[in-house]
Amino acid sequence: MSIKKISKVQPEFFEFTSENLNKAEREIKKYPSGKQASAVMALLYLVQDQNDNWIPLSAIKYVSKLLNMPYIKVYEVVTFYSMFNLSPVGKYFIQVCTTTPCMIRGAKKIVDACKKHISNKPNELSENKLCSWTEVECLGACVNAPMLQINKDYFEDINEKSAENILQKLLKDEFPKPGSSINRSSNAPESGRKTLINIKNA
Amino acid sequence: MLKDKDRIFKNLYNDLGWEIENSIKRGDWENTDKILSKEKENIIQEIKDSELRGRGGAGFPTGLKLSFAPKVIGSRPHYLVINADESEPGTCKDRDILRFEPQKLIEGCLIAGYAVGAHTCYIYIRGEYYREGERLQKAIDQAYKKNFLGKNACGSKWNFDIYIHFGAGAYICGEETALLESLEGNKGQPRLKPPFPALVGLYGCPTIVNNVETIAVLPTIMRRGAKWFASLGRPKNTGTKIFCISGNVNYPCNVEEEMGVKLKDLIEEHAGGVIGGWNNLQAVIPGGSSMPLLPKNVCETITMDFDSLIKEKSGLGTAGIVVINKDQDIIKSIARIAKFYKHESCGQCTPCREGCGWMWRILERMSEGESNYNEIDLLYNVTKQIEGHTICAFGEGSSWPVQGLLRHFRKEIEKRSHEEPLIKKKADIPYLVDQHLLEKENA
Repeated sequence: MSIKKISKVQPEFFEFTSENLNKAEREIKKYPSGKQASAVMALLYLVQDQNDNWIPLSAIKYVSKLLNMPYIKVYEVVTFYSMFNLSPVGKYFIQVCTTTPCMIRGAKKIVDACKKHISNKPNELSENKLCSWTEVECLGACVNAPMLQINKDYFEDINEKSAENILQKLLKDEFPKPGSSINRSSNAPESGRKTLINIKNA
Repeated sequence: MLKDKDRIFKNLYNDLGWEIENSIKRGDWENTDKILSKEKENIIQEIKDSELRGRGGAGFPTGLKLSFAPKVIGSRPHYLVINADESEPGTCKDRDILRFEPQKLIEGCLIAGYAVGAHTCYIYIRGEYYREGERLQKAIDQAYKKNFLGKNACGSKWNFDIYIHFGAGAYICGEETALLESLEGNKGQPRLKPPFPALVGLYGCPTIVNNVETIAVLPTIMRRGAKWFASLGRPKNTGTKIFCISGNVNYPCNVEEEMGVKLKDLIEEHAGGVIGGWNNLQAVIPGGSSMPLLPKNVCETITMDFDSLIKEKSGLGTAGIVVINKDQDIIKSIARIAKFYKHESCGQCTPCREGCGWMWRILERMSEGESNYNEIDLLYNVTKQIEGHTICAFGEGSSWPVQGLLRHFRKEIEKRSHEEPLIKKKADIPYLVDQHLLEKENA
């Protein structure tokens, strides 16, 4: 479990847009009637989508009313899961994986690049307020290590140079192309592939 | 090497396209209605005969697990839950199935759902796999359009619906009861067992929880027969498995191979060898970060299956192979794994919540050469106090890698541990007093 900072500056009011309210209703319908609490995580994601990728306290109240749940239970969920942000993050939120498989392939260099280009400390906004970065635990793309996630996309097989390219583009408010930075096809070995060579759709 | 025609996941590298038309060409959804016209018992018997063992880490026989569901559907509905909360460091096999072979998973869900009497299936995907979830949703929509799902799914008179539920970055939600808690909208803390989920699971109803890969191989087993599947691999360790080879190898990759394949073959043949040559190998973590590492001399001959790895006091786990060569600091690598567990402990059981932090801090000092000789036994003692004293298997998962390090690299640690015991030095070291003050930055 990690300690989460709750933002000192909080908007007083939060409400879903009508579009998001429709989405929320669709999410609730996935679960049996009376079990609407199951949709809490999906709704919190919608809150993050609508509110620049973080969850204000007023939104927790709003979601708890919408789902007929006690406030504290929604609060528990928000603080338990690491993907819910309780204070503002950059428009481009960079998460660098530093767990062992990435670490031994040089994730530290990627962290250094973030320190150099974005902010000296994690979870702080860059000078132009566009980006922020943090170290995270395994993102589940270990054969494409080292890698990082920006908002919803994975950037794989990166090295010091390509990381700098990615960060510089972000600082200019451009979104770089996700995926492998060495144009490797998915999880196949970069060269010397020995399997599934002559297979075609029958 | 396994022949290409015996590989189950023919689109593992997305050469052939993931869309439903392409997967039908590859043979998915072929005669599914015929499979579903069989009795439930016969389907489960076929899976039992194939000796398929769960691919999520524990290796529990799948047929047996499916048979735990009550035979008659009572007042409570049955649920099928697919565990796609893949977060074990070193493992990324389910991601490829979700991206490139979604129809295999969907068809498997239908077959397994029918066999356990479930009309509803939830697929719990980790929140970080947002794009993979999107892809799977598209695949599910395509299957609905072809009437493979929904009312009278695939002409079987069985109604079946699949829903996706996103997690939000908690490793512990890969534990089946924590996953169910999370699915119910609570924080993901594991439940006490018994009762087991097969009787009291999601919303208190009978629930079968299975890994993505386990379910995705079911359709192929049903079509090609249990005998074919059992003919691959070794007795009680049958079939094929996706191995993820990461770390210090020349060409890290995912590859589907027969169970019982030699570890050395996997590394040398498929992953292009260890960086710096085989002699530069230091250790291998064979099954995701929870499994104790293997030193080089064991790696020479070991075969990758559940039983032979248990003999070496390790385990196949999720088959996420992390290769560590001699350029790396082995203590630091395991210390990083300990930090992972410290971060991911759900905080429910005291031995794990506190112990994981202790292990990490001791290891961190060991790697810096700031520990003393006595602390080696102390560390072992801590691992033993966590293991077996927690509600879920996280306790084992966090202490085993440390035990593995102590078992095989004790000399390396001893070499570095030459500090005087802190108490003798009367040094003013804050971590003897109040950890939380120090931790804020790392927490």
